Amino acid sequence: MLSLVGVNTHIGQYHILQGVDFDVPRGSLTMLLGRNGAGKTTCLRTIMGLWRASAGRIRYEKADIQDLKTPDIARLGVAYVPENMGIFAGLTVRENMLLAARGGAPDPKRLDWIFGLFPALQKFWQTAAGNLSGGQKQMLAIARAIIEPRKLLLVDEPTKGLAPAIIGNMIEAFRELKRTDTTILVVEQNFHFAQTLGDAVAVMDSGRIVHLGRMDALVADPALQAKLLGLSLETHQ
Amino acid sequence: MKRDWLPLALLAVLILGALPLVASLPIWITLTVAGLAMGLMIFMMASGLTLVFGLMDVMNFAHGVFISVGAYAAASVLLALKGQAQAPGLAANLAAIGAAVLAAIALAAALGWFFERVVIRPVYGDHLRQILVTMGGLIVVEQLIIVFWGPDLISLPRPTALTGSFIFGDAAIERYRVLAVAAGLALFGAMWLLLNRTRIGLLVRAGVENAEMVEALGYRVRRLFVGVFVVGSALAGLGGAMWAMYQESVNVQMGMQVLVMIFIVVIIGGLGSVGGCFVGALLVGLMANYTGFLAPKLALGSNILLMVLVLLWRPRGLYPVAK
Repeated sequence: MLSLVGVNTHIGQYHILQGVDFDVPRGSLTMLLGRNGAGKTTCLRTIMGLWRASAGRIRYEKADIQDLKTPDIARLGVAYVPENMGIFAGLTVRENMLLAARGGAPDPKRLDWIFGLFPALQKFWQTAAGNLSGGQKQMLAIARAIIEPRKLLLVDEPTKGLAPAIIGNMIEAFRELKRTDTTILVVEQNFHFAQTLGDAVAVMDSGRIVHLGRMDALVADPALQAKLLGLSLETHQ
Repeated sequence: MKRDWLPLALLAVLILGALPLVASLPIWITLTVAGLAMGLMIFMMASGLTLVFGLMDVMNFAHGVFISVGAYAAASVLLALKGQAQAPGLAANLAAIGAAVLAAIALAAALGWFFERVVIRPVYGDHLRQILVTMGGLIVVEQLIIVFWGPDLISLPRPTALTGSFIFGDAAIERYRVLAVAAGLALFGAMWLLLNRTRIGLLVRAGVENAEMVEALGYRVRRLFVGVFVVGSALAGLGGAMWAMYQESVNVQMGMQVLVMIFIVVIIGGLGSVGGCFVGALLVGLMANYTGFLAPKLALGSNILLMVLVLLWRPRGLYPVAK
C-alpha cells in the first residue's frame, strides 16, 4: 500500500533520511523501530508531506505522493498522529473530533465504536482537551485520526510517557483497529508494545533502513534483537 | 467548558474603582461610555491583527495602513455624499454612513488581499523579514495615500444625526459613542458566533493553536490564512472609518498613531485570542479615559503601565492561546 524508494530528507543543513527503502503491506501493522535520532519521526513527517523529500519516491496506492501537499495527502485517506499528539488544547474533545470529521458530523455508529475503545472520551466530551491527562490526550489523538475510516494510519510513539495501564488500553485499541481494513505504520520505542502488535518490522539507523522482516521472526531471535536494537529500546517486559 | 472570569472581574474592578476617584456620577457615566466606545473601536481594529498574529505567526507592522485607508475611503464617500450626511433625517445619515463603511471595508479588504499575496506570502516563517517588509509596505502605502488624497488633514464633519449628546440627568453621552458601542458589541457578537458556532471558526481557532496539525487533518490552511488576513484588513478598515468619524478628521499618520494602542491590546489580550482582545481593548479604552480625566499627564503612559501590570500577572496575556 505504501512504498518508500530511496527517500532522502534534508532539514536545513542536516541530511536526515539517507535513502530510505521499505514497504508497508496493505492491512498490516508495521512497526518502525530504531534508536533516538535514527530518523523515524522524520520518516513519518516526510510521508505526510510535512517535510519535503529531497530525493526518492513515496508511492501510496499506485500514486506518487512525495510532491503533494500535506492536506492533499490527508485527503487520500492518510491519518497522522504526531509524537506530541497535536491535539488542540483550547478546543473541547467534541470540537477536536468534529474538526477531524471532514465529512461533517461524525457518524454516530463510528462514534459509539470509538467510545467503546476509549470510554474516557465520552466522559470528557465537553472538556477542554488541554485539561485531559497524558493518556487521555493520546486516546483523543488516536480517536481523532480514526473518526472517519482512513486507509493508512501513521502513529508516532503512541506509548511515549504513558503509564503501563494506559499502554494496555492502547494495545487493546490497536488490536481492535487491526480488525478493520486500516493499514497502520507505528513508530515505537517500546519493544513490548511493538512485539505485541506488529506484523512487520522495519528498523532504522542513521537515516537508513537496516532491517526489514516479520515481527515474529525478530521476536524469536534475541541475537538479532540485540544486534539491531541494542540498549536503545525500553523493553517494559 | 470552564470559563475564566478573572479578566472580566478586573474590568469590573477598573470601572467600579474609578467611581470614587472621579467622585461625580454624571462624569463617571460620561467617561465610562467614552471609554467603552473607544475600547470597542480599538477592538474593531485589533481583532484582525490578533488573529493574523495567532494563526499566521505574522508580525504585521503595516496593519495601521489598513486603518488609514479605511478612514480615507470612508471620508471620501461621506464628503461625496455630503447632502445625505448633513441632511436632518436619520435614514439619509445612516445611508451615507453605511456607504462609507462599506467603501472602507471593501478598499481595506482589497488592499489586504494584495498585501498578503505580494508582501506577506514570501516571508512566512521569517519574523525579521516580516518586520522589514511590512514596515516597507507601510511606507509605500502611506506615500500612496499622499498621492491620492494629499498630505493635509481632511476635516470630516459627523453626520447630523450623530452630533450632539443624549442627556441622562446631569450625564451627557455623545450620540456617536452610543453608535460605536452598539457597532462594537454587534461585531464582537458576530465574531463570537462565527468562531464558536461554525466550522470555519473551529478551523481558525484550531489553526491559531497548531496550523500544521490542521493541515495534517486535510484542510488547506493557506486558504484560511488569506481569508483571515483579508477579514482582518477589512475589520481594520471598518475601525478606521469609525475612528475617522470619532476624530472628525483623517490624516496619513492616524493608523500608525492608533497602532501603539492596538499592539498593547493584542499583547494584553494574549496573541491570537479574540476574547482577550475584546477585554484588553475595553481595559485600554477605559484606562485612557479615566486617567485622561484624573491625571492628564499620566494618560499617555497609563496603558503602558496597564500592560506591564497585566503581563506581571499573566505573562502570556489575559486569555493565552494554547500552543
